[in-house]
Amino acid sequence: MAQGVMVIAEQRDGEIRKVSFEVTSEGKRLADKMGWKVTALLLGENIKDKASKLGHYGADKVIVADDPKLAAYTTDAYVAAVADIVKTEDPAVLILGASVQGKDLSARLSARLGVGMAQDCTALAIEDGNLTATRPIYAGKAYAKVGFSDKRPHMATTRPNVMTMNEPDTSKSPEIVEASLSLDEGALKTKVVELLRDESGKVDLTEADKIVSGGRGMKGPEHYNILEDLAAAIGASVGASRSAVDAGWRPHPDQVGQTGKVVSPNLYIACGISGAIQHLAGMSTSKVIVAINKDPDAPIFQRADYGVVDDLFKVVPALTEEVKKIAQ
Amino acid sequence: MNIIVCLKQVPDTESQIKVAPDAKGIVKDDLKWVMNPYDEFGVEEGLRLKEKFGGDVTVVGLGPKRVTESIRTALAMGADKGILISDPALEGSDALATAKAIAAAVKSLPYDIIFTGQRGIDDDNGIVGAALAEFLGIPHMAVIVKVEVSQDGKSVKCNRPVEGQTVVLESSLPAVITAQKGLNEPRYASLPGIMKAKKKPLEEKTLADLGLNPSEFGEGARDLKIIELMSPPARKAGKIVSGDTPENKAKELARLLHEEAKVI
Repeated sequence: MAQGVMVIAEQRDGEIRKVSFEVTSEGKRLADKMGWKVTALLLGENIKDKASKLGHYGADKVIVADDPKLAAYTTDAYVAAVADIVKTEDPAVLILGASVQGKDLSARLSARLGVGMAQDCTALAIEDGNLTATRPIYAGKAYAKVGFSDKRPHMATTRPNVMTMNEPDTSKSPEIVEASLSLDEGALKTKVVELLRDESGKVDLTEADKIVSGGRGMKGPEHYNILEDLAAAIGASVGASRSAVDAGWRPHPDQVGQTGKVVSPNLYIACGISGAIQHLAGMSTSKVIVAINKDPDAPIFQRADYGVVDDLFKVVPALTEEVKKIAQ
Repeated sequence: MNIIVCLKQVPDTESQIKVAPDAKGIVKDDLKWVMNPYDEFGVEEGLRLKEKFGGDVTVVGLGPKRVTESIRTALAMGADKGILISDPALEGSDALATAKAIAAAVKSLPYDIIFTGQRGIDDDNGIVGAALAEFLGIPHMAVIVKVEVSQDGKSVKCNRPVEGQTVVLESSLPAVITAQKGLNEPRYASLPGIMKAKKKPLEEKTLADLGLNPSEFGEGARDLKIIELMSPPARKAGKIVSGDTPENKAKELARLLHEEAKVI
């Protein structure tokens, strides 16, 4: 009978990504309720020495799938490798981080395994041995609590920045086993031909701890430097509303909202954003929301923990200076 | 080149979403239904490939009869024919069942490339495109912002932004590509386009037409079961930061974020 929690870790350039520690921590909390073990699966090339780190966050066992064909993520190779291991291990619950890669892998894997999958969840629980999941739908305008049919594993991905990371316990050392893989080269139809790195070092909005976002009130692309300055001072990434993106002021990947990115930072500072419903949907799981807008009736103030009704072109640079003083 | 574009209908992004009294669905009265925005990018990309390589664009929609309007919109933009998969037994199907029905409809058609939106902005799943490819036994590339089909029409190069980098993928065709914002700017349907669309073929297919068993679809067959829908946790409006000048407000805000919220 299926039992245990399996988590799939994600690495890039040989480094395990933060969301994987969040998932492992959450997997450990779920497993403890049932007296289950946590097995982490780590795929890549020459990554075995990183496996023990997953143990620090709660994995009892780490299965390492080490193969040159797994060095860079492709859906083909990863789904083939993971499906084989899942069939052998027969976990009751399988969770991944809802990164771009995690969402893709989980989608195709759920189809291959023929099991239900809850995408981008903000809460997971075990009830009577079954996984239940809470996930925002309509970009957070509503939430769905979902459960699963009898088919195992019960699958879910968890939204980055939402699940609490355990304090790493470096005294723990997980059992590490190597998976024996038989990846058929001929069956792999997609390959990575190039990686275009973003040299700015900007943290993606979906994973950012803090976000400074600008909307129509920024009046033009040339004024975003004041947001960049504030972002640099507090270690934030810069986002934008749909109207700013549609006006061509900011690139598409910067858009926060229902047709852009749904974000959950610790701090979200909305500057010159009125708060259209589709924008509010995309950022309402932020922990602390600040709105800076000269229109006191802007809907964004209904969601903000702190509102500043004033000219953002004066408030934002002053805020940057104040923050720098605090940092000193 | 035979191009297929899959689409669904979703409530317009400006819609307020209200949970129905039974907590199993949303209140559907008074909603304005539109083509899923990500599917529009798929339609546009399909049309651009047709303009470059020739061939035709078939639009496949799934859902109640009203989805016909969105298929007509795609036809008015320039697609050649439409198929609506519609069956009362499909109501409430989960992502895998939806993909199974679309796969059954697509199987009987010639295809080189299939587009879907990267996700529906209603359920926010992002599963159907990948599952469709799985059921057709072909590769897929998800969340794509650039598509370059080779001159011989046998392979495709796609750009896929992931956190902090863009991965350039190459795949053989046929393949499924799920469209992300940034792929293109969808065209508007012209008036002559709208007139022409009325005469373009639009077929309707039931599960029986597709040789599928209705008991494998709908609410009862879901592997992902809806326990209840809820309104989002309420967020109370917080405090308005006081101060006589913008500079003093900024100072007070910085203090609050540091001392009270402890986020900086």
